[in-house]
Amino acid sequence: MDSYQEIIFKLKKYWSDRGCIIQEPYDLEVGAGTMCPETFLRVLGPKPYRVAYVQPSRRPADGRYGENPNRLYKHMQLQVILKPAPNDVIDQYLGSLAAIGIDLRKHDIKFEEDNWEAPTLGAWGVGWQVMLDGLEITQFTYFQQCGGIDLDLVPAELTYGLERLTAFLQGKDSVYDIEWAPGVSYRDVRFADELQFSVYNFEMADVGTLWKLFDLHEGEAARLLGEFRKLEKPLPDGRGSETADDKRRFPLLPTYEHVLKCSHLFNTLDARGAISVTERVAVIARVRKLAVGVAEAWVSQQTVGELVEAVQ
Amino acid sequence: MSLPFLLEIGTEEIPDWMIWHALNQLAESFQNLLEANGFEALMPQIDATPRRLVLRALNLPARRPDKVTPEDGPLVTAGDRAAQGFAKKYRVAVADLKIFDSPIGPRYRAEKLVPGESMLQILSNALPDKILGIHWPKSMYWGKWGSHSFIRPIRWIVALLGNEVVPFKIVGVESGNVTSGHRTLGTAQIPVTIENYEQRLRENFVILSHQERKQRIQAAIGNASDDDLLGTLVYLTEYPSVIAGSFDKEYLKLPAEVLVTVMRHHQKYFAVYENGQLANRFLAVTNTDGDPDGLIRRGNERVLRARFNDAMFFWETDQKKKLVDRILDLEHVTFQAKLGSYRQKIDRVTDLVRDHLKGDDAAIRASQLCKCDLTTELVKEFTELQGVVGGLYAREQGEPEEVWTAIYDHYKPVSMEDSIPRNLGGQLVSVADKLDTLRECFRIGLIPTGSKDPFALRRSAQGVVKILVEGKHRVKLPALLRLPPLSVRSRQQQMTGETTVFEPVESAGVSPEENLLRAFLLDRIRYYFKDIRGFKYDEVNAILASGWDDLVDVEERLIAIQAVRPTEDFEPLAASFKRIQNILKQAQFTGNGGAIDASLLEPGPESDLYREFQKVRGALASLPYRPALESIASLRPKVDLFFDKVLVNAPDPKIRQNRLTLLHTLLAEFSTIADFSEIITNG
Repeated sequence: MDSYQEIIFKLKKYWSDRGCIIQEPYDLEVGAGTMCPETFLRVLGPKPYRVAYVQPSRRPADGRYGENPNRLYKHMQLQVILKPAPNDVIDQYLGSLAAIGIDLRKHDIKFEEDNWEAPTLGAWGVGWQVMLDGLEITQFTYFQQCGGIDLDLVPAELTYGLERLTAFLQGKDSVYDIEWAPGVSYRDVRFADELQFSVYNFEMADVGTLWKLFDLHEGEAARLLGEFRKLEKPLPDGRGSETADDKRRFPLLPTYEHVLKCSHLFNTLDARGAISVTERVAVIARVRKLAVGVAEAWVSQQTVGELVEAVQ
Repeated sequence: MSLPFLLEIGTEEIPDWMIWHALNQLAESFQNLLEANGFEALMPQIDATPRRLVLRALNLPARRPDKVTPEDGPLVTAGDRAAQGFAKKYRVAVADLKIFDSPIGPRYRAEKLVPGESMLQILSNALPDKILGIHWPKSMYWGKWGSHSFIRPIRWIVALLGNEVVPFKIVGVESGNVTSGHRTLGTAQIPVTIENYEQRLRENFVILSHQERKQRIQAAIGNASDDDLLGTLVYLTEYPSVIAGSFDKEYLKLPAEVLVTVMRHHQKYFAVYENGQLANRFLAVTNTDGDPDGLIRRGNERVLRARFNDAMFFWETDQKKKLVDRILDLEHVTFQAKLGSYRQKIDRVTDLVRDHLKGDDAAIRASQLCKCDLTTELVKEFTELQGVVGGLYAREQGEPEEVWTAIYDHYKPVSMEDSIPRNLGGQLVSVADKLDTLRECFRIGLIPTGSKDPFALRRSAQGVVKILVEGKHRVKLPALLRLPPLSVRSRQQQMTGETTVFEPVESAGVSPEENLLRAFLLDRIRYYFKDIRGFKYDEVNAILASGWDDLVDVEERLIAIQAVRPTEDFEPLAASFKRIQNILKQAQFTGNGGAIDASLLEPGPESDLYREFQKVRGALASLPYRPALESIASLRPKVDLFFDKVLVNAPDPKIRQNRLTLLHTLLAEFSTIADFSEIITNG
């Protein structure tokens, strides 16, 4: 029986052997691996890309003080992006299951329609939830749009729920009982932060402070996007190249980090019950506006980057 | 010569609910193709699994034969040059031109050869468009954006006519003779012929026939069947097998509604009953050849256990806070962005139940609690159980039966086939809830247009009609449609320029939104009586034209008119009423409020009609609808005689006026049950 970490090693190796860069987790709070720049921004534009990474994903409202055997404030996703999706993408995916010891001939695999949409990211795709003996183990999506932008090359996104998959393989009823490393349980490693973050998110987070932080991050992201847009207007005297260089080096990645902060703060405020009905829709729209703004700017910046490369 | 044809479009897994419709489109499109090429439009055989759409035909003609069509040319007298030009145009030698006698003299005629085309060529040219032309509810791109879209990526195509491949290419996939078996049990590359196709698939764990897959499942589940779920599973599997699993009896403490929802909707299992009681067992359909080691069963049991554990956890957690203590929490649950929270909604619903529907204490209590389950963990997890869960919690928390069943049922009827809530409170809460949704959405301009009805307002309106009629609620419906004034009027929806599909019912002093709402309701009332209840459309029109304040009354009048319709006097009388209406219209007579002057009536048919009219009128008010209608119909001989013998347009204006008044009064007095002029007669 493979430990949790062994399963992760094997999956990473499997995708590494199929041309994926193995990235490390993004070092900010995100609700899903999709939100990391490695997915959200890399799927835009015409450049092929393949990447896999484990992403701890935080969903404050899903916290259960460590008491529910299947629900976590923070769970781990293995996120795989294959851009463009190869023709045999499903066979490759099934191969990854075989690689972690699932004898596909002895189990029941079904692909059930499940289309994915993230309104705050202006992103959607179509695909399936992959069911293994009745358990949803992977979300499989062909991205169609991201940041409100049509994708030139349609990527396949595979998102594995690692705790569930491991519980399945180890035959455990509770994620807390799965073996992380030999002799060490998931509970040993993670219980404290499940409990403490639940307490913080549901009971102790200071709403005023969170709103202040939200406004600050939103303000900074909006300011930066405004600066970038100034560079978008062609100069009348034809000083194009300077603008191009300014655009190329413009800090859009830091801008996006502020958007991610907003998104996480929104989720925390929501879990805290601090967002009223009338605010809710409006706040989602605020985050979406920033995310879409960054996506558009990113595409524009990539185009400049290519021009500069071509000239050199 | 004729040839068999096989087309298999190999795809990634297509959503089960789209497959059958797509197949039918493909079949129809194929028939059109044959017809357009002058062949008989034979019906192909269609089959599908989640990964393949298959169309087969037995006897396709191998080619469209050459055809000779005569083309008339110039007059012979036009000379040689004209003849040469004509011959050249149709690629025949001048010597081969025929000459025939036409009315204007001898003319040339060429026999144009239209060469036949091989079926292979026809199919090869047309199939890509036919396949890509299938309309899907939601299609996708794969590979590059903006190429072709389909429901899921196409991965292989088998296209054979006899022994030959029909060559074509779709989104980089070339047709051939190689199919693919079951994903995990079969081989990926299987060359086939038309003759061995189905057998080769079977050897590779694909049962092509959906009937056969259905029978396989049915044979194993026996009476546990459930048609919707069965239909889904037939198209979720290529090689279905059924496994039986069980769960701890401990979970049977949870309400059956919750257990069945988890099994059926979340896990797609068939629930098992023993002696009418839910048993601690389930049947799951796998896409495998059995489960010899019990691995799949154990996996499914573990998943179900986790789901039930969640439900148990939610059930227990939710009990810690009573429904009544959750009313304030509804402030945080959005009803609709512009319409605020469910807290506001239940206040309005309660007002409707108490003030307008005259609900009793139980109904009022239920209306206050009916949405509280939206804040429970169980409903957040199992949204389809909204209402039901509220009812169950209310029962646990000691609410009286009238209250908890009202909450439990208040989303009913969810379809036209569904029953209405079982008790009075449930019916009133359901009507109030739906009316409130309709009123509020119309008030801010969220009005359904064409196929767009995101808030399912048609269903709501349908529910209101069904409950009022079948629950025998005599309420004044138009008064319930009166819209409260809107502080900030939003006309956004109307500004988009989309036209509504129904004409507003104009009513003085009423806002345009309210007129639209009345029209919307009227449309649904008409639909209910006509399409659901099967009344004739002209009868429905006749009855509704005389008012629809009270739908119970509408139903009674309809039943009466339906009964009187076949009697011999009825339709002729309806024809006479139409005639009266036309006469009044032509005379532009609107009544002027004048009374009939009996002294001006001519003895004979006119006086007779008047006397009869007064007799019938006097008795009418005390009669039930059916005898009332019969009594009106009994006027027919007098009306006929009147029209036979009496000239309405009498030379003397005073007499004319009096006759028009007589007819007008007759029409007005006898149109309170039905507007007879709406009845379509054979005359």
